[in-house]
Amino acid sequence: MNSDTLNSDSPRIEDGPLVTGRGRFMDDLPVSVRTAQMAVFRSSVAHARIARLNVDEARLLPGVLAVITSREVMAHTAPLAVGIRVPVECWPVAVDRVRYVGEPVAVVVAESRYIAEDAVDLIEVDYEPYEPVMSIDHALKADAAILHDKLGSNLCSDRSFCYGEPDAAFEQSDHTVSVDVLYPRNSCTPIETYGIVADYDAHTNTYEALTNFQGPFSIHTVVARALKVAGTQLRLKTPPDSGGSFGVKQAQFPYVVLACVAARVAGVPVKWIEDRVEHLTASVSATSRQTTLRAAVSSEGRVLALDWSQVEDVGAFIRAPEPATLYRMMGNMCGAYDIQNLRIRNRIVMTNRTPTGLNRGFGGPQVYYALERLMQRIAVELKLDPVDVIRTNLIRSEQFPYRTASGGLYDSGDYQLSVDEALRQGGFGELVTRRNAARREGKRYGIGTTACVEPSVSNMGYITAVLTPEERAKAGPKNGAISTATVSVDPSGSVAVHVASVPQGQGHRTVLANVVGDELGLDAAEITVVTELDTTRDGWSIASGNYSSRFAAAVCGAASIAADRLRLRLTEVAASQLNVRVDEVRLIKGAFSCADDATRAISFKRVASTGHWAPGTITGDGPPPLRETVFWTPPELAAPDADDRVNSSLCHGFIFDFCGVEVDVDTGQVTIDKYVTMHDCGRVLHQGMVDGQITGGFAHAVGAAIYEELAYAQDGSFVAGTFADYPVPTSMEIPDPVILHTCTPSPFTPLGAKGVGEGNTMSTPVCLANAVADALDVDDVQLPLSPTNILKMMNVAEPETSTPAASPGAFASRPIHGGGSVTVNATPLKIWLMLLDPQTLREIVPGCHSVDRVSGTDFVAHVRFGVGPVSGDYKVEIGLFDLDEPHSASLVGNATGALGNGSGEGRIELKPVDKTQTEIVWEYGAHAGGRVASVGSRLLNGATRIVMNRFFEALGRQAQDEGSPSGAEPGSDNEPETGLIGRALDRLLKRGDS
Amino acid sequence: MKPAKFDYICAATVEDVAEVLGEHGADARVLAGGQSLMPMLSMRLSRPQVVVDITRVPHLDGMRIEDDHLFVGAVARQQSLAGVADLATRFPLLSQALPWIGHYQTRVRGTVVGSLAHADPSAELPLCLVAMNGEINLRSPRGSRRVRAEDFFKGTMLTDMADDEFIQSARFPVAKPTDRFAFREVGRRHGDFAIVAAAAVRDDTGIHVTVGGVNDVPFRRRFDGLEVHDIGDAVSELAAELDTRSDLHASAALRRQLVRSLASDTLKEVLS
Repeated sequence: MNSDTLNSDSPRIEDGPLVTGRGRFMDDLPVSVRTAQMAVFRSSVAHARIARLNVDEARLLPGVLAVITSREVMAHTAPLAVGIRVPVECWPVAVDRVRYVGEPVAVVVAESRYIAEDAVDLIEVDYEPYEPVMSIDHALKADAAILHDKLGSNLCSDRSFCYGEPDAAFEQSDHTVSVDVLYPRNSCTPIETYGIVADYDAHTNTYEALTNFQGPFSIHTVVARALKVAGTQLRLKTPPDSGGSFGVKQAQFPYVVLACVAARVAGVPVKWIEDRVEHLTASVSATSRQTTLRAAVSSEGRVLALDWSQVEDVGAFIRAPEPATLYRMMGNMCGAYDIQNLRIRNRIVMTNRTPTGLNRGFGGPQVYYALERLMQRIAVELKLDPVDVIRTNLIRSEQFPYRTASGGLYDSGDYQLSVDEALRQGGFGELVTRRNAARREGKRYGIGTTACVEPSVSNMGYITAVLTPEERAKAGPKNGAISTATVSVDPSGSVAVHVASVPQGQGHRTVLANVVGDELGLDAAEITVVTELDTTRDGWSIASGNYSSRFAAAVCGAASIAADRLRLRLTEVAASQLNVRVDEVRLIKGAFSCADDATRAISFKRVASTGHWAPGTITGDGPPPLRETVFWTPPELAAPDADDRVNSSLCHGFIFDFCGVEVDVDTGQVTIDKYVTMHDCGRVLHQGMVDGQITGGFAHAVGAAIYEELAYAQDGSFVAGTFADYPVPTSMEIPDPVILHTCTPSPFTPLGAKGVGEGNTMSTPVCLANAVADALDVDDVQLPLSPTNILKMMNVAEPETSTPAASPGAFASRPIHGGGSVTVNATPLKIWLMLLDPQTLREIVPGCHSVDRVSGTDFVAHVRFGVGPVSGDYKVEIGLFDLDEPHSASLVGNATGALGNGSGEGRIELKPVDKTQTEIVWEYGAHAGGRVASVGSRLLNGATRIVMNRFFEALGRQAQDEGSPSGAEPGSDNEPETGLIGRALDRLLKRGDS
Repeated sequence: MKPAKFDYICAATVEDVAEVLGEHGADARVLAGGQSLMPMLSMRLSRPQVVVDITRVPHLDGMRIEDDHLFVGAVARQQSLAGVADLATRFPLLSQALPWIGHYQTRVRGTVVGSLAHADPSAELPLCLVAMNGEINLRSPRGSRRVRAEDFFKGTMLTDMADDEFIQSARFPVAKPTDRFAFREVGRRHGDFAIVAAAAVRDDTGIHVTVGGVNDVPFRRRFDGLEVHDIGDAVSELAAELDTRSDLHASAALRRQLVRSLASDTLKEVLS
């Protein structure tokens, strides 16, 4: 094995079933006939006390087997453990309080998913709202609402680190350059969502869960502890196929706990398939991070020290494996640069947003967004070439293996060569010419560059860097990253491989068949690879699973060691059968033969089956050569030391990207003209897979950079609950990157390979941001680079117009706002009395079932609101204040229903036009939450306007019925129509709108 | 994501459909291509008691040129527009807008009339119908009536249809050889609903621009007698006149900018 690539053109063996609809994904697999379905009742508000939760009606619905609330969950489980000691209890359902939209409040188990969802609709909950904390800045404010009372603030960790002599470096440096950046929330959104089938055996007190969970299997321990059983009493199995994960499916473990409890309470196996709205709303998110990064820089652009201040938003709970996002990059906080003076302050805050977890790139996008924006700013502020600034600071090839300031051990690399080759092969000079030509034509064209170190194969101990050295000493060391592989021969002499990895579409079977076939002199087609995992039967450890780009470097390495051991043992058997010395045996193309006489040969199958059929003929120590299982862990992955130095990852690939983008000043759209990405990921095991990983990571990165954001409204409502509102780019938006390679094999992995699955999610967002900064000549860039944000960055004044600017109105700050007026044939007093009379209101409010006055100025109504095909029943509470009879009144209102909730305020004025006519003028501002906001925010303003208009239309009609008909306001050209609002009325309303 | 319970009625005739709507009114929804209704049912945003499937009703899938217009039956699919003879010369606006309507897969199932009935303020087909002075033919147990496009759209997902009515067909007028049309759209991604779309038309009655994605309904504004050098001021006034609002996809300022840009581009094109 000394070539740089191995069987690079072999086709994928996974694809036949996948492209013919015969994949075996979670929801394809057969289940027991007794299996019931689970649906989750979720919070529609961001932050509130649960004043009342009534599941009685849901329990009584025929077909419902169980409804489970925090009471049942707490009776059978313990809180989910987390690697940081803070008084924050994390349960898989809300206990007394909800802290993010989508948080599970109860689950229903029923004979079908239809019935389960019918029952979910019958669950009633009353919330007493708390102030939602929706940003990092807000979370840190002294007077902010506190999510977890016992913690006393929203800050759950604050650690500072110092390596080398950063203070001296800043004092002595010529320049200080800094950036202040915010990395927004996003997710890699696998096509297949979460899925679980859980069962409980009361006789053995054993739980079993089949789930498309992806690892790390350290989480198995978290789930077993939560379920209060020994690890061996939790059997976790994975399906043969998984439709993508990118880290995301790690975070379904709270639902595994929930489904296990549901199965126990309901007494039947329970199945749950998450739907897309649930997934986008409440599965998991990458962290959002606010970073201030300062550099001490010489006049030549040499960075002498870095000073990081990072504040991480982990959402409503700190949930395992967080705060790993913040600490994964601990060993490579200086990226590809030789910087030995380093200061870091890491803070972690909780906000009323979905808890965070693994997501492709995991910490890398956040770190490199700050670091590489900084490198660009250094070039701009010091008037240097950005490529020169990168080159000046790169670690030199003779420095490898290179120990970073914070304890990382970079295995190999030739960064200068990689940059030179990228510029040459990628045509950087031509791109500069192209930019200059475009600029001469008046176009906004920019070039971005970035250099990154891509870490892979995580040290299972890095997360303990969040603890102080004293706390770590007390808890005992954590380190390493065991990968597990078994290679076996069966009685027919056929070879099988099993690994404790859990592929989600990557092509593990193809690569492993090649790696093991290569070791054993067999065709890949002759190797059977099994990648399903069953924790009761298979070899595994805490690092098992598929994450931190560990497959090629660690898992394939373990498999090659296992195959190699088996080959050595089989060679001994062959030597004995050929009657020659072991060193005289060659294994080529399915046969063992003598080195000096190739005609003396025995087939591989014959030798391999000997251990089964004639073990007595095998001499030597040990069992016959039937199966080799390898647990491999690299010694380089040591626990963090007493000075907080940690080698957080085993391998460190190198990436250098550059790109050209054009910004359309008219539309704010960013077009990627050219993108070049150079990778050194060590030895390439399969060229197609590597380029596929790079292309996929690039696609996710384009989404993160330009399109996607898990967006919330100010009130905490989640507003990106479908792929219409969470715009994942498609092949139409994502250009093909130019992919280039250099190769410096890793000395630390058995095959010389490094991980390559996440690099572009780290390098590409900031490379594109740097290009946009160059194109627009701006200092600060805000992700995503959406047309709205681009327009804001360009800061161009709007043309003056003769049309007077519409008055913003008193409620314009509300996401939903508007107003209008109508003239009706009645006196103000008459209208006033109508507005305050429950009986009249019940008659005139469209879809109203009841109105009750609960006090002089407080009303409760039950109303069916509908716009077009969308309708739902709501309980509406309205309170009036500032009453000035019969001239004006203010009101506040709340509406709750199955489709969500809303609250608003408004003002009504009654202006007499003459003795018989009154103009009613209204204005309102509102916000909406829950399902309707998650999936339909785009249409809410229009829909609200319709509901408001209908009300006043009906009021006008009612008043008119009791008086003489009133025409429309003078000057309008249409008579009001019956039925729906007339055009004239519609115009009037629009005019009143801001 | 499973619908609430409803009765499914597969209608055999137009009279069947009218009867069901006459009986159930707003509690019944018409199912054709299902590209909007099915997701809304699954998300339980819509909970009709009855879903009446009109896809088996004979002849409702017709799409043909009759005299001076394109007749589009209630079940004719959006992608069928691509098969209309001389679409680019006889219906230039439909031809230009067609690639912007969803994706090929959704166009194959989605119906033209379904998009009109749904009345999404950002959808392309309502915009085209208004810009082209098209017409809607409504049917109910009470009989049939025709409504002009500009009178049909009343608000977000709100039309002039009564609860017992459904659209039996729509008509798009054939363009005269001297008429000029231009269409532009900006969305976040290919196939998305428009952030802003604009269609300019110059015919023997004058010049007008219709804007989608901003107000609750396609907004048409006449610019009769407009000269090229006045376009800049005209589109600035237009942008200021519209009810531009901020949402997840676009700020109000971006919407105004897009209105100016797209209206200007389309006007320039029809005036050139």
